[in-house]
Amino acid sequence: MGIQLDFPAVLERWPSFLGGAALTLELAALATMFGALLGTLAAVGRGTHNALIAGACKVYVETIRNTPLLVQIFLVYFGLASLGLKFSAFTVAVAALTINVGAYTAEIMRAGFEAIPRGQIEAAEGLALSRVQIYWHIILLPAVERVYPALTSQFVLLMLASSVCSQISAEELTAIANYIQSDTYRAFETYIIVAVLYVILSLVMRAGFWGLGLVLFPRRRRLGTPL
Amino acid sequence: MQQNTSSEPIVSLRDVQKSFGPLKVLDGVSFAVDRGEVLAIIGRSGSGKSTALRCIDRFEKVDGGEIMVCGHRVDRPDVDLRALRQDVGIVFQSYNLFPHLTIEQNITLAPCAVKKMATGQAKELARKVLAQVGLEEKLHAYPEQLSGGQQQRAAIARSLAMQPKVMLFDEVTSALDPELTGEVLKVIEQLAADGMTMVMVTHEMGFAKSIADRIVFMHRGKVHESGPASILTSPTTPELRQFVGTGNLKS
Ligand SMILES: Nc1ncnc2c1ncn2[C@@H]1O[C@H](COP(=O)(O)OP(=O)(O)OP(=O)(O)O)[C@@H](O)[C@H]1O
Ligand SMILES: [Mg+2]
Repeated sequence: MGIQLDFPAVLERWPSFLGGAALTLELAALATMFGALLGTLAAVGRGTHNALIAGACKVYVETIRNTPLLVQIFLVYFGLASLGLKFSAFTVAVAALTINVGAYTAEIMRAGFEAIPRGQIEAAEGLALSRVQIYWHIILLPAVERVYPALTSQFVLLMLASSVCSQISAEELTAIANYIQSDTYRAFETYIIVAVLYVILSLVMRAGFWGLGLVLFPRRRRLGTPL
Repeated sequence: MQQNTSSEPIVSLRDVQKSFGPLKVLDGVSFAVDRGEVLAIIGRSGSGKSTALRCIDRFEKVDGGEIMVCGHRVDRPDVDLRALRQDVGIVFQSYNLFPHLTIEQNITLAPCAVKKMATGQAKELARKVLAQVGLEEKLHAYPEQLSGGQQQRAAIARSLAMQPKVMLFDEVTSALDPELTGEVLKVIEQLAADGMTMVMVTHEMGFAKSIADRIVFMHRGKVHESGPASILTSPTTPELRQFVGTGNLKS
């Protein structure tokens, strides 16, 4: 018995693979951006003294973290449809992934916020900075810097998990692979290529976050020490 | 809001009460600080010195009594906190510089964000206040690159940049080695000479004696004895006598 691999038959579909990979990256980039924003707001919300806002944020975070991503995607997909709203599979995928990664981001950011020494916030209050200014100038970036590795992992994980969006026929990498393997009957070769492409996408994202870190954290770039 | 005339004290506390749960920390504290005056608060650990100081800048809410600071009624719930804190500078024992910002950014942040000062003007100001504390060359350093004494001087400069009418110091040299304490005390001495109104909690009895116009000795949440610096050499109450007698009166 031997495995007969025929890569050329599959590789001639490279434009489709590239298109799928590009769409996966786009999905991940959009969901990361919106999810980071949503998650940060939810983390701030959980820390407010307003019990209603704090409670709502907690319910959001816990609901998402205790349900499967695929179910969340279906809920958004069929939920919007039953309201008579028509969106593309891509839009639904971005929305569902945003909601999903927002909850995980909220938990990570909350840990980051809690790591800011109380004294720094008092010093900022003593300088007459407002609540919003304190979050913006004093808390946000040091909090992000502290949890940056966790955030990076979470966003790369999101990119990989976006493969389940193939279930609602978003034309991302895994969905493309499903078409190609059913066309060519070369399932193993197809998924080997897909796996390699996912690895490359992960590396691209990690490199991107590394570069972003250089921009966001000039102190670390100059001194190299942890905060 | 009341007009602040020169005859009126910058800071005044009247019969201030404050408890943390069942623990009565301030039990009828009264004192006043006039413009240009330096008041030193001394006393044993736990006597309520920090709490009294923090009430002035409303880091603690009082349970009773009256606090007036630069025309702000601090004890009232409707006090404009941000207006109050533009008039009051506070420096803590643990410096609390913002670690992700350079010294210059630490200093320019509040003038730019709160007073909407132009960046160029704020940088000019940063240079000026850093010169005042002898740290011009550290403009572009990060806090972690400074010694404790330098960090504390930078924190003082950061407060000065907001041009407060009164400065509060809470044991600002307690975290420092003796050799670094001197450089910080020199800065405070210069501020006093320049006419800054100051309230300082300190364990440096020698320093308090040399710089303070008036001393407040706190004991069990009360102002137990107060008066000019000479009360340190000739205390009238046995508690103060014991306090200065137990080796607290250094130098
Ligand atoms: N936030 C708080 N919650 C509960 N208790 C507090 C709080 N802050 C201070 N206390 C208590 O109040 C008392 C007075 O504290 P305070 O910090 O004013 O003393 P202090 O005179 O500054 O002492 P030290 O010289 O040690 O700094 C202490 O018993 C302290 O434990
Ligand atoms: Mg204290």
